Amino acid sequence: MADFETPKLKDYIEIPKVQEGVMAHSRPFESKEQFQVALGYPGELVDNWEEKAIEKMGDLLGKYRSFRVFLDSCVKCGACTDKCHYYLGTSDAKNMPVARQDLLRKVYRRYFTFAGKYFPKLVGAVDLTKEVLDEWYSYFHQCSQCRRCSVFCPYGIDTAEISMAAREIMDSVGLGQKYCNEIIMKAQTIGNNLGLPEPALADTLADLEEEVEDDTGVPVKYPLDQKGAEILMVTPSADFFAEPHIDGLIGYGKVFHEAGVSWTLSSKASEAANFGMFIGSYENMRKLALRIREAALELGVKRIVFGECGHAWRVAYSFLNTLAGPFDFLDPRYPVPQHICEFTWELIKEGKLRLNKEENDHMRLTFHDSCNVARASRMGDKPGGQFEIPRNIIKATCNHYFDMPIDTIHDATYCCGGGGGLLTDDLIELRVKGALPRMTALKQVVDEHGVTNMAAICAICKSQFTKVLPYYDFGMDMIVSVHQLVSNAIVLKGSIQEKELDGVEDEEETAAEATE
Amino acid sequence: MSFSVIYALLFYFATGLLVIGLGRKIVQYAKTPAPLKIPTTPAPTTKAGVVLRMAKEVVFFYSLFRSNKWIWVFGWMFHMALFLVLARHLRYFTEPVWWWVDLIQPFGKYAALAMIAGLLGLWARRIVVDRVRYISAPSDHLMLALLLGIGISGTLMSFVTHTDIVAVKAFFLGLMRFDIQPLPSDPILLIHLGLVAVLMIVFPFSKLLHVPGVFFSPTRNQVDNPREQRHLAPWAAELEAGSQQNTNS
Repeated sequence: MADFETPKLKDYIEIPKVQEGVMAHSRPFESKEQFQVALGYPGELVDNWEEKAIEKMGDLLGKYRSFRVFLDSCVKCGACTDKCHYYLGTSDAKNMPVARQDLLRKVYRRYFTFAGKYFPKLVGAVDLTKEVLDEWYSYFHQCSQCRRCSVFCPYGIDTAEISMAAREIMDSVGLGQKYCNEIIMKAQTIGNNLGLPEPALADTLADLEEEVEDDTGVPVKYPLDQKGAEILMVTPSADFFAEPHIDGLIGYGKVFHEAGVSWTLSSKASEAANFGMFIGSYENMRKLALRIREAALELGVKRIVFGECGHAWRVAYSFLNTLAGPFDFLDPRYPVPQHICEFTWELIKEGKLRLNKEENDHMRLTFHDSCNVARASRMGDKPGGQFEIPRNIIKATCNHYFDMPIDTIHDATYCCGGGGGLLTDDLIELRVKGALPRMTALKQVVDEHGVTNMAAICAICKSQFTKVLPYYDFGMDMIVSVHQLVSNAIVLKGSIQEKELDGVEDEEETAAEATE
Repeated sequence: MSFSVIYALLFYFATGLLVIGLGRKIVQYAKTPAPLKIPTTPAPTTKAGVVLRMAKEVVFFYSLFRSNKWIWVFGWMFHMALFLVLARHLRYFTEPVWWWVDLIQPFGKYAALAMIAGLLGLWARRIVVDRVRYISAPSDHLMLALLLGIGISGTLMSFVTHTDIVAVKAFFLGLMRFDIQPLPSDPILLIHLGLVAVLMIVFPFSKLLHVPGVFFSPTRNQVDNPREQRHLAPWAAELEAGSQQNTNS
């Protein structure tokens, strides 16, 4: 792997001068035959790949309005050119969203438009050659499908749609990416991205129960495959073992316990993330989504709730009903699916959770809006609830909260640098450089407000930041789960914490209430 | 007289191509399904909200405004001015001229200058800003040249060297009745009209497709209600039916 230099953090996000080809060497490992075949693709690059790729492009043009309209509509105005975190972090010209799209658009024009067929030079159309295919493989794996460019495009052109289509075309001619495709195969056969079988999950959850009981004195349950439970909890498999993800999972369990509802995890649907989206494969995405439906039916649950996971929430919120619906067998009083943040915030609003903010006083927090939650989904009834609800939860559980600069949050948020199927060590240079804008914004609140921690609601963000924060001289444990904060602050009924609070600080609290 | 015939045929051809070409594209966009809900959020949760969002985009270029103030200033100025100028030109196609077309005549006249200024600004960015220079193809420069050519030749006729606009009007009213009238042979007029015809011809084959495209953009025109309403494309429904048959058999 090539050595690289971590970009220096400046006081503000700087737009670099265009450089050509500086990231052309960045390519993830190619998929293996077994993963390709399992997903319904050729095992290796087929002989007539050019013909097949164009055929696939034609197929997608007829199936996806987004793909066709976006390829036709770009006027090269330049509005998106400084919006991609990978461009800002690498300065590679082809990481400008429009230039990335053009890698595919120039082939589209050559084979599918009058101007490109007869005046290729004039409109920048080219034949699909091996060089072009190599560029596709490199640069369509330098897009985290975060949709930031789409927010700023006057026509809403979403590079994510183009890179999904490009990956689907490449897969269909036998050129897949190892990281995504291996994971999809695991999730389809074992039930989760990490390939954790049922006994391993059961062990982990038993340990968690023990740990939480030691900690609180309350027997909080973390049930697995429990038939007849009211809620099926679907969460990213990283929540079962990675830090700080697992602290979030502990939090979900405490919230459910306090709410007094029965819930269960499923070994069959032990993965919220749906990597089928990353490779633009409707079929594979659907297969993964159907596991959740099947689990819900088998367990006889009434509701489905999703854990903290960004792209997962996009697929869940925006696509699940399409892919695996209708969910008419569930309780119609609740949206399908719900986000754990929606669930927790409802309880907080109703005053059903007792929260001791002081438990989080060792932290000064900011919140990283995960790209796909921010720009591809919603929480609650109103547009923008996906920004408000997680912040409301943090503010209800912490005393010190500060937003990063406004042009780096909400729907203008920067991707963590590891989304969209790029969270793999073979792309570490890209991941580190792509995190630059977020790290710069983080530094601003660290310097200005003494922020010590950044909360997130996405498994990929959490893993990515754990890895890249040290490159920028921040501590890897700076990143925390939102439900970790809830877990810290929540005062369970009958817990050691409750006794401590009510026993020792009883008078103080009554006094505080009286002055309010 | 020969000019008149050539230009008459040219405009019939250009109009035919524009209408058929654009019509085919619009039908194609409308017929291509959008299988998934992909509005860029926060997005409106009702159809009325979508109409409002689209209006903000089409009238004010809202996303572009958020993105880059320079591109917005030049781009918005150009488009709004072009709109006024086009409306002003309706007087060549209507008899009697509609009252509001009369009303905007003076505004349309000066809008042409704003249109040229906007185009020059956009072109300057295309040359000066390294990022925009990198993404520009020859056709992007030519498109600006074409629009500038139309704007400048038109403005020259408004402010410098006038042509017989009564005859021009007679020519176009004649075209609409399939009755070819003589067209003044001022070179500047012929250049102006020639470039307009070229613009009409390239419209359905070029990036000018952003005009219908923006209305069909799923990230902007979809209602954010996937949990409330199941959204299923016909081909996805077929896929579903197919796999259900497989599992049943």
